[in-house]
Amino acid sequence: MEALSPTMEEGQVVKWLKGEGDAVAQGDILAEIETDKATMELVARGEGVLRRVFVGEGAAAPVGDVIAIIAPEGEDIGALVAGLGGGRTAAADGAGASEADAGAATEAEAAAAKTPEASVAPVPDPTPVAPTTATPPTPTRVKASPVAKRLARDAGLDIATLQGSGPGGRVIKRDVEAAARAAAAPPTAAPAPPVSPWPAPSDTEFEDIALTQMRKTVARRLGESLGPVPHFFLTVDVDMTRALAARKRVNELLAARGAKASINDLVIKAAAVALTHHPECNAWWQGDSVRRFHRAHIGVAVAVPDGLITPVVRDAQAKGLGQISTEVRELAGRAREKKLQPHEYTGSTFSISNLGMFGIEEFTAVINPPEAGIIAVGAVEERPVAVGGEVIVQPRMRVTMSCDHRVIDGAQGARFLATLKSFLEEPAAILM
Amino acid sequence: MAGNTNGRTDYDVIIIGGGPGGYVAAIRAGQLGLKAACVEADKLGGVCLNIGCIPTKALLSSALLVGELKDAGGHGISFDGFTADLGPAQKRSRKVASRLSNGVSFLLKKNRVDHVEGYGRLLGGGAVEVEKDGEKRRITAGDIIIATGSRPRSLPFLQIDEERIWSSTGALFQEQAPETLVVVGAGAVGMEFADIYNAYGTKVTVIEALDRVLPLEDKESSRAVAQAFKRRKMDIFTSARVESTVARDEGVTISFTDRRGKAHTLDVDYVLSAVGRIPNTEDIGLEAAGVKLTERGNFIAIDEATRTNVPGIWAVGDCAGNQLLAHKGMHEGVVAAEHIAGVGHHTVDYGNVPNCTYCHPEVASVGLTEEQAREKGLDIEVGKFPWAGNGRALAAGDSTGFIKVIRDKRYSEVVGAHIVGPHATELIAEFVMARHLESTVEEIDRAMHPHPTLSEAVAEGALGALGRALHI
Ligand SMILES: Cc1cc2nc3c(=O)[nH]c(=O)nc-3n(C[C@H](O)[C@H](O)[C@H](O)COP(=O)(O)OP(=O)(O)OC[C@H]3O[C@@H](n4cnc5c(N)ncnc54)[C@H](O)[C@@H]3O)c2cc1C
Repeated sequence: MEALSPTMEEGQVVKWLKGEGDAVAQGDILAEIETDKATMELVARGEGVLRRVFVGEGAAAPVGDVIAIIAPEGEDIGALVAGLGGGRTAAADGAGASEADAGAATEAEAAAAKTPEASVAPVPDPTPVAPTTATPPTPTRVKASPVAKRLARDAGLDIATLQGSGPGGRVIKRDVEAAARAAAAPPTAAPAPPVSPWPAPSDTEFEDIALTQMRKTVARRLGESLGPVPHFFLTVDVDMTRALAARKRVNELLAARGAKASINDLVIKAAAVALTHHPECNAWWQGDSVRRFHRAHIGVAVAVPDGLITPVVRDAQAKGLGQISTEVRELAGRAREKKLQPHEYTGSTFSISNLGMFGIEEFTAVINPPEAGIIAVGAVEERPVAVGGEVIVQPRMRVTMSCDHRVIDGAQGARFLATLKSFLEEPAAILM
Repeated sequence: MAGNTNGRTDYDVIIIGGGPGGYVAAIRAGQLGLKAACVEADKLGGVCLNIGCIPTKALLSSALLVGELKDAGGHGISFDGFTADLGPAQKRSRKVASRLSNGVSFLLKKNRVDHVEGYGRLLGGGAVEVEKDGEKRRITAGDIIIATGSRPRSLPFLQIDEERIWSSTGALFQEQAPETLVVVGAGAVGMEFADIYNAYGTKVTVIEALDRVLPLEDKESSRAVAQAFKRRKMDIFTSARVESTVARDEGVTISFTDRRGKAHTLDVDYVLSAVGRIPNTEDIGLEAAGVKLTERGNFIAIDEATRTNVPGIWAVGDCAGNQLLAHKGMHEGVVAAEHIAGVGHHTVDYGNVPNCTYCHPEVASVGLTEEQAREKGLDIEVGKFPWAGNGRALAAGDSTGFIKVIRDKRYSEVVGAHIVGPHATELIAEFVMARHLESTVEEIDRAMHPHPTLSEAVAEGALGALGRALHI
């Protein structure tokens, strides 16, 4: 059971929107959960098949408990189910989901449950443990301060695994202290990476690709996001008639300067100005505080060959479409060549991800911490809509905002989206 | 419009005050492409360049030379009728100050910062009123940095009139060294002026309320300097209380009680009040803008990134408290400008600000004193290397003092470093760097130091903290 509000301790399943055996994609809504505050959507954090549901409709589970398992089709989850322990196993065995007391719906959390399981399950084919004459570790140069190295040694931490906050990622004293504190703290819901107890099938239908540094970073960042960040989602459907006209006119004017603005550039501008009206959405979650910004530094998600990077358009609220367009193009170009300077992809206060060019109608984007919000922009498509009792065809675009609930409440997110929608439906309003 | 201003404001950032905190913030803002204005009511460079750090250091160089020449027989230098006249030394000091002040003006131009002459006040919401010759105009910016500095403090029983009872400023504009001078306050400023006037022949008496001179320094440093001053025939009273000062046309009568409660009355030519400084935080519109002050001392309350409680308003330098030192203000200026420009996210490390006093012997330190380290319950080892063990110091004939290194035994961190003696204020930088890079004491030693230099003593001090200095 995921914490869907900062104060939630327990959640009640109102309704399962997926049933056992249904395929699940990341971002799918699995269930409606009633929390201490409201009924929220529980979103899948991984993909696979909803293999087992432990908590039936109407039943409740404390935060942190396994409430279902998502796993690949055909993967043996028997050991996992068994590993969930006495009471849970019984509940699961009885398949009487409604009487179950168990919890979480995430693949990750289910995976976490594997770890204790691995230690109690019989090991059918015990493989020898590491030989005593271990090969000496290859000395790699770790960027760390001498004091940090000693602290790490003392605390039993491997300095190479720590994230440095000094210049160039240098691990300094405070990083080790923070890691030591975290290690000492009681285990949280955020799971350790699972060690698979199952041997890999010995066929050649797959290929193992080593993670690039970029991929590792993406994974770590997503983990950071999907783990502790309680997302919720809001969608608006926007009439783009005037936005398209405005863009056309702007481009006629920009033509003289050789610039050309895209719809995304217009979205960047509109969102940035809207954020200055709704600073509660232009904010960072900082653990013990929330930082609201008066300026909008917009991170623009750019796909690069082995991942994703979000270069930042600073002060987008103050820039013209021509400038935004030039900057985005320039930053994206260099992002693809991996030539961005760190300050060019850090410090954003809000992000925008656009998959419209791939024909994606609507999707949800993952928050880029410490930011509290991101909008996912879909394609502009001609769609029939009912206006004043008549069905007409209009260019429409869907915008879905992911909000970090620790920072943004539903109504705040909704107000921001309403402003954004009004700007896109009447671009002249941006000038007001 | 140039720069990044969004067209709604005149500037990206307005800096009120052109002292080291303000002008450095302005330069950095300019470097980062922000459109900046620096409002200064008086002279660019602030206290530091005009009536603080720089002119005093010019005079201290003169004083050192006087001392060396008086003692130059061993070098084969002798004089008939040796005189030391403060007048030309003051003139030289003024020249150095005005040259640097012009330098600041050049640096602002170079970085396309508008130097706005006049007195600035916050109006709230990104607006600043600038008053010059009775005329007021309004300029606006997205961000504002307050860098209005500080001024000397007057005490009820020690009212500064700059005639008979000087602040540091009065002491910087004397053409002649008087016969007698009492310096009240044995902090850096008091000790530096005591040194200067003593060199030019004044009989100097230092009175300090706390139990030692340079009370912020390590006790051993205080003791070493007090001894050196006494050898130079200065009188020093510590734990002493000034009761009254009466200024007359021809002199001042000052009454005080010493550490044993015994009353003294001295008739002297002048008294220098060096009892601390207070921030310039009145009449700059803080109320209009809603900016909060600290509970103690009326400094502007800021965080480590120099943010005040009001978004978009920042404060740096003396007006923002902590150590009232130029280098601290400059660092804050850089941090403020970088945060405003959205580049870099570093903050000011107030635990690693070096403290320097440029009297002779010089005193410098960084980090904790031995006493503070013990109070904090740290498990420490202390090494102390005397200059008498350093060839270069002996060759130069300047071997008063020591280098003291305090090491945390567990991780061998440099908890504190204290230097008294030749070029202490230069040598301290190595410890600042070591601490900044979180170096251990062992590494200071392993980095090879050139021989024969004073810097070898830095390594010896580090070794001393490991119980194995070589030349002692
Ligand atoms: C005698 C003496 C010796 C010193 N020696 C040293 C030393 O060796 N090393 C060291 O680190 N520090 C030294 N200091 C301290 C150092 O001078 C200060 O820490 C430093 O000047 C503080 O810089 P600042 O920018 O905060 O303020 P200031 O230097 O005080 O400058 C503030 C400026 O703002 C202007 N101003 C104020 N209000 C307004 C307004 N409303 N509108 C427009 N302009 C305004 C003032 O005219 C001034 O120019 C010394 C100080 C003194 C007095």
